[in-house]
Amino acid sequence: MLDLAGYGPQIWAGTIVTVELSVLSLLVSFALGLVGASAKLSKNRYVSGMATVYTTIIRGVPDLVLMLLLFYSLQIWLNDATDYFGINQINLDPFTSGVITLGFIYGAYFTETFRGAFMAVPKGQLEAARAFGMKPLLVFRRILFPQMMRYALPGLGNNWQVILKATALVSIIGLSDIIKATQDAGKGTFRMFYFSVLAGLVYLVLTTLSNGVLLLLERKYAVGVRKAVL
Amino acid sequence: MIYIIQNYWQAFLYSDGYNMTGLAMTLWLLVISCAIGFCMAVPLAVARNARNPLIWGPVWFYTFIFRGSPLYVQLLVIYTGVYSLDVVQHNALLNAFFRQGIDCTILAFALNTGAYTTEIFAGAIKDTSFGEVDAGRSLGMSRVTLYRRIILPSALRRALPVYSNEVILMLHSTTLAFTATVPDILKVANDANSATYNSFAAFGLAALIYLCVSFTLIYGFRRAERHFLAFLQP
Repeated sequence: MLDLAGYGPQIWAGTIVTVELSVLSLLVSFALGLVGASAKLSKNRYVSGMATVYTTIIRGVPDLVLMLLLFYSLQIWLNDATDYFGINQINLDPFTSGVITLGFIYGAYFTETFRGAFMAVPKGQLEAARAFGMKPLLVFRRILFPQMMRYALPGLGNNWQVILKATALVSIIGLSDIIKATQDAGKGTFRMFYFSVLAGLVYLVLTTLSNGVLLLLERKYAVGVRKAVL
Repeated sequence: MIYIIQNYWQAFLYSDGYNMTGLAMTLWLLVISCAIGFCMAVPLAVARNARNPLIWGPVWFYTFIFRGSPLYVQLLVIYTGVYSLDVVQHNALLNAFFRQGIDCTILAFALNTGAYTTEIFAGAIKDTSFGEVDAGRSLGMSRVTLYRRIILPSALRRALPVYSNEVILMLHSTTLAFTATVPDILKVANDANSATYNSFAAFGLAALIYLCVSFTLIYGFRRAERHFLAFLQP
């Protein structure tokens, strides 16, 4: 059915790398987004100002430019740091830099998603939780997080799809992901068209699968919410 | 930093002495692909809302394919993939078209933004309030007049905020052009980086230019929204 001309294992390995990269970047940007949203809603003017600068600059500059900027500069800064402390050089491989840069970039988008979701949770609920003597972390874990996830999910799903597609860019800085594998296969067999389309199909399968998972998650977090019947 | 600015400012902004490069090239890519995408999206959005599955089916399939895969892959398919086909290499016209990196880039960008714009406009058309359509019909408007006078003007206006997001995302996507040897801002930055090894200055300058363009676009769209969506203001 599928003629992979012996490149099957490489293509499969590339697909795994792509999925790992997207999931790890999602985790990093998710965490950064939570921190960023809390900072942006903070009463401290400097903290919220810094978060605003972060989201504005990151969302105004193309991700590929930021990726190249960080990929080349991170290594130089790291070398300077290791030289200064007199320790051995630490080499950043494309995978680690990919996770760091994608996480850093999409953290800005998650910040905006979570900010909107935090604000959608009724204030009274948080006040009630505080009145019961809950500590801030407990309020976050038991009251704020479960409820804001429902509002954040559509935006989250969107961001996940964008991250998944943005991982294609990391092959430009030298990661052996699905793109690299299919391009190598195409060059080796002189069938560029076939293998490039194959890469596109792999991404289509991944995005379609994640759409299904998102639908399930949305159903889970919508438990107990009555929908208006039109 | 100063060295790069002194040696590359012309290339960053408009020309390297031979070709259009840098900012001018990026803006040209943005304008031409958004224009083609817009012209494709309006009829396709109408077709997307058709009742006949033979009409909306193909449009759905087109947007599904182009929104489900990364733009970089689409560019690779069109730039390196299509050109490797025998049919293309043996046809003089197709050969001349697909040999040029910029033609492939514009084709890929236009098809990609066309797919996203189609969905945006189709959503806006679907949200047109029932009363407006009823009123138009009660005045004896034909289907074409109804679309031309009532549905499209109101739908395109309401789609403006979402469409402005798409244009800014498209600006960010034009950076991919440098992988197809098109001399846009990022290509100049990449050249400056290879010549000087001053990565932070080279890519930082590119980032600054993109930031300025983004802010200008955001400002322009905000003005446009105030004009076209004045009836929605509180």
